[in-house]
Amino acid sequence: MSEKVMQKRKWQTTIALVIIIAITYLSAAITNFNFIDGLAAFPTAIGWMFSHLLITQESLEKLPAILGKLNETIFMSIAATTTAAVVSIFLSLMGSKTTSVNGFLSMFARLIASVSRNIPVVAWALILLLSFGQNSITGYLALFVGTVGFLTRAFMESIDEASHSAVEALTATGATYFHIVNKAVLPQSLPQMISWILFMIETNIRSATLVGILTGTGIGYTFDMYYKSMNYNVVALITFSIVIAVIIIELISNYIRKVMM
Amino acid sequence: MALLQIAGLSKSYDNETKVLKDISFNVKAGEFVSIIGPSGAGKSTLLRCINRMVSISSGEVIFDNAQVTSMKKRALRQLRTNIGMVFQHYNLVPRLTVIENVLHGRFGYKSTLQGVLGRFTEAEKEQAFYLLRKLGIVEHAYKRCDQLSGGQQQRVGIARALIQDPKLVLCDEPIASLDPNSSKIIMDHLKSITSELGITCLVNLHQVEVAQQYSDRIIGLNHGEVVFDGLNYQLTEDKINRIYGTQVRELITV
Ligand SMILES: Nc1ncnc2c1ncn2[C@@H]1O[C@H](COP(=O)(O)OP(=O)(O)O)[C@@H](O)[C@H]1O
Ligand SMILES: [Mg+2]
Repeated sequence: MSEKVMQKRKWQTTIALVIIIAITYLSAAITNFNFIDGLAAFPTAIGWMFSHLLITQESLEKLPAILGKLNETIFMSIAATTTAAVVSIFLSLMGSKTTSVNGFLSMFARLIASVSRNIPVVAWALILLLSFGQNSITGYLALFVGTVGFLTRAFMESIDEASHSAVEALTATGATYFHIVNKAVLPQSLPQMISWILFMIETNIRSATLVGILTGTGIGYTFDMYYKSMNYNVVALITFSIVIAVIIIELISNYIRKVMM
Repeated sequence: MALLQIAGLSKSYDNETKVLKDISFNVKAGEFVSIIGPSGAGKSTLLRCINRMVSISSGEVIFDNAQVTSMKKRALRQLRTNIGMVFQHYNLVPRLTVIENVLHGRFGYKSTLQGVLGRFTEAEKEQAFYLLRKLGIVEHAYKRCDQLSGGQQQRVGIARALIQDPKLVLCDEPIASLDPNSSKIIMDHLKSITSELGITCLVNLHQVEVAQQYSDRIIGLNHGEVVFDGLNYQLTEDKINRIYGTQVRELITV
């Protein structure tokens, strides 16, 4: 790298830093957020956490019930993700440049993906609450819709990246569309797709907790209930269980990824 | 009777600039023809007009007495079954094994269901192994393609083209990504396709020396026009300059 480029990079970094500081300062001013007050509140907040969020013997009795709810939430997330993945595979095949059948279907797939992805899962949950009411279907659908959007987009990129050249070659041999999709596109992009599905399962378990608070189901509801009755010991236990569950799921998916690649 | 007749072929991707302009030539069965020309001359486009991987803007391509220009789905599939294609970047499915990739060349003869289920006859499998043996990579048959060297992958690509039992093989810069040693192996194999199996070969190349060494006949392309069409010894220095333009030639042939 030449001296000049280095110099230019340095300048760019400095300017970027200045801009970021300016924006931070501005947004703090607009929202009346005071850094000093925020920092000052820290010790008290942490002190409160340590004195209230303790897992006691008494709260441990609730563990079986909590684990039951946690299971429910985890399986709902997995179900939402895998069913969404199936839909996403079809949408992404329609939407990807490499495998699209015609321009209209491609547009249609991209539109669905874009709409469902750009509305946050929590917003989906609130919208669906209106028509489905407070039950687990609402939570499932909210996760499902958001996941379809994300996975379709991710799968389209995997397909384009992985199999463009093989698709050209197989087309040139006289293979049919389904030969090409089944024997070139899917085998080549499957590991990448599974990796995205695992990522989405992890994400959905986190979101499911939040969605559960709104829809009154799963671990989110349990959390909300004990939180509102100010039984903080149980709240701590629930939080701890969620963290452990997420870590375990992450370890499992990392292992699967390693084996697959 | 020529196997391939091209008459007045023009191609434009955007309806403005013509990538190919009024191209005409015939290729007889059993010929080994090189197409040379600078990058962007339209060599890849020309090959892809022959098996209709791109549409033809105007003019005629007649392959084995069939009009290619206007072919629809079924006829097009039939046409492609008879034409093998070899690519610069091999265009294999990297995660699949060598033998699977070779057998992909048979899809043109299969119904959708047969192909999706992966039903191949014993004869097809034997043929696949025969070709791999002939190309000297039979010991890699069950390896994944992404574990092979470039030269080996290109030989898989050639086996995939040959198992189609084609009348014509189109090669788009088959050695452009290979070192000189592998290049020689690949060119020797391509040459033997014609000399031993009698299959016609049309090869895009950008190395003039390689074209002169291997082909019966050379077609020179520049800016989408045929500027030379003759036997390899007729390609004189001054003709080469016409294909490449005087100054750039040094750069291209290194
Ligand atoms: N798919 C395409 N869409 C638009 N333009 C293209 C496409 N493929 C090739 N071209 C253009 O056509 C011209 C010839 O390209 P190509 O046939 O690849 O030449 P060569 O193989 O001799 O390098 C180039 O100017 C290139 O930019
Ligand atoms: Mg080219």
